[in-house]
Amino acid sequence: MDFGRISRRHLLQGGAALTLGSALGARSALAADTTIGFIYVGSRDDYGYNQAHAQGAAALKKMSGLKIVEEEKVAETDAVEKTMESMINLDGATLLFPTSFGYYNPHMIKMANKFPKLHFEHCGGLWSEKDPTNAGSYFGYIDEAQYISGIVAGYTSKTGKLGFVAAKPIPQVLRNINAFTLGARLANPKATTQVIFTGDWSMPVKEAEATNSLIDQGVDVLTCHVDGPKTMVENAARRGAMVCGYHVNQSPLAPKAYLTGAEWNWEALYPKFVKMIAAGESIPNFYRGGLKEEIVKVSPYGEAVSAEARKHADDVKAKLTAGDYTIFKGPITDNKGKAVIASGTDRGQKDPELEKMDYLVEGVIGATS
Amino acid sequence: MTIDTADGVEAVGVAPAADPGFLQRHGTTIEYILIPGAALVGALAVFGVFVALFGKNPLDLYFYMYQGAFGTSFSWQNTLTRAAPLILTALCTALPAQLGMVIIGGEGALLIGALAATGAALALPSMPPLVVQLAVVCAGMIGGGLWIMLSGGLRQYRGVNETISSLLLVYIALAILNHLVEGVMRDPASLNKPSTREIGAANMIGSIPGTDVHWGLVFGLIAAVASYILIYHTVFGFAARVAGGNIRAAKIVGLGVGKLIMTICFLAGASAGLAGMVEVAAVQGRTNANLAAGYGFTGILVAFLARQNPLAIIPVAVLLGGISASGGLLQRRLGLPDASVQVLQGIIFAFVLASDALYGRIGFLKGKS
Repeated sequence: MDFGRISRRHLLQGGAALTLGSALGARSALAADTTIGFIYVGSRDDYGYNQAHAQGAAALKKMSGLKIVEEEKVAETDAVEKTMESMINLDGATLLFPTSFGYYNPHMIKMANKFPKLHFEHCGGLWSEKDPTNAGSYFGYIDEAQYISGIVAGYTSKTGKLGFVAAKPIPQVLRNINAFTLGARLANPKATTQVIFTGDWSMPVKEAEATNSLIDQGVDVLTCHVDGPKTMVENAARRGAMVCGYHVNQSPLAPKAYLTGAEWNWEALYPKFVKMIAAGESIPNFYRGGLKEEIVKVSPYGEAVSAEARKHADDVKAKLTAGDYTIFKGPITDNKGKAVIASGTDRGQKDPELEKMDYLVEGVIGATS
Repeated sequence: MTIDTADGVEAVGVAPAADPGFLQRHGTTIEYILIPGAALVGALAVFGVFVALFGKNPLDLYFYMYQGAFGTSFSWQNTLTRAAPLILTALCTALPAQLGMVIIGGEGALLIGALAATGAALALPSMPPLVVQLAVVCAGMIGGGLWIMLSGGLRQYRGVNETISSLLLVYIALAILNHLVEGVMRDPASLNKPSTREIGAANMIGSIPGTDVHWGLVFGLIAAVASYILIYHTVFGFAARVAGGNIRAAKIVGLGVGKLIMTICFLAGASAGLAGMVEVAAVQGRTNANLAAGYGFTGILVAFLARQNPLAIIPVAVLLGGISASGGLLQRRLGLPDASVQVLQGIIFAFVLASDALYGRIGFLKGKS
């Protein structure tokens, strides 16, 4: 397999790593010098965003002929540029996965221009024509999985009050809140979602406060969109509320309270990428997908999920997986009564309008600013 | 040739060998090199034991630390890039320390300096790059300077503890930054990562020719040397040190203590503001939450390790830059968690502080001084 030829200088500098790589990969059909670097913004065992990527990296470790190098808690500054260069120069990495949103521009773009023969794959960025062609961005429509969580939550909630602990009112997060709420209202048309924004991706104290305050207001099923759902899951379970997870499966943290969850499926995507490169195919620079493309998945249902809820959720999941279901289907009004998607308009998963979402749908209690 | 400096530090040019009184005559200088050096070696030894407890070979550890920080020309550039902002933020603590003030809010001045610098660049859209760059440098310094003056003023005129106020002002600075970046200064195209508009490629200050190290390093060196001259070789600096030694004595001899405090705080904040400006104009190209990467807090550590001496800040910043540069390699080669670098920093800090007790107590260095 060929990840792009690396220069003699890189070979010399990465000598030690290459020797090790060839020892490991001797039995493999893949080139022995294939080193893949993963960079995480937080801790790789955060039960959240970073762990999801680390699980993808772990899936690659099981493939022969690959050497995986990982670095965690790398800031979104020139530190990440230096980490990428260090992986290239000292480890001989030829494919890099800088996984945090803030790594994309200018940092990864700069490195992709500097090392035009190596491959860079970024999670969440919006690759455009002006960006280098050896750089790519991939992401998943995880709102599809949130929609399924919403259905389960709607059936399970006794009070009809759902809670959402969210980081920032940006399009990605709003889309999850809205999909969750639309799903819940399929099950219970009177269900509401109270949302609390904590202001940043990792604010454990505020996340705990938000969780408690939601439960104090009568919320009995919670979900979230922050980097590490652990705080919300553990606190909610301790207070006797039910939870839907996010990023990875958090059921080990709260086996009784865990209903289901919206998970990334990087364990499926990363090996797929590597096989594509090995087969000489190029990965599309702008790569997106949802349940159908196996980029996201839904956690197995917990014991508290009723048969009725399972049936309805499985039914919708099957349609989404087949690719013939639209979540954002007009008419949809926002929570101020304004029509945001007109009757008869279907906004499918790839609709660019959804990438600019700046509203909360009817049924969400909260404000974007 | 020896140069006597005001506080007894001597720089040795040619070592007069075979002089029986050498150790005694240069006792203070030798102490200043020997004691921190021994503290560092001791800290590394303890860290080696710590790593050995995890079943890793300490010799590998030292080798990778050397390789990652100073082993190749790339490693040197990595180290110096990381050291550059630390020199500037360390001055934010070291300068007020001459007056006996403990300012730990360099992070806030960095953020405000970055905001001011970005604002200046965006306010001058059609000016020639040189004019914009000058404005950006001035705005960064003034922004940061005024921010730390707030703490100085609160201390001098309202009796508020400057340590607490400068720390709390960090969170206010971060809130202002987030508010502006997510509000009036937001680039509408920055959907999922609220950011200001870019200051423009032409206005970026770029790297030192022939290297990947940005100009922040040169700014840092100039600022550190200038601070050293100001503190130890000017009347103003002498007055500051008198006030720092005994504020009542300073008032009795008629020194304008208020003016000293405000000026020093301005210069301190200007240094950290300059670091923020460099992050914008040499690294990120715009302002967003990425700027809060903790350089201001690491700067406090650097200043204390350097015993608040502006010149000593330079090697200490390079040392900590090197530790952070090699941290990645420790994660990748030895599988150590990121926190191990913080453990090492903590051990070094403890050793250096404890070693303070040794000054003037080493028998063979005592004598005729």
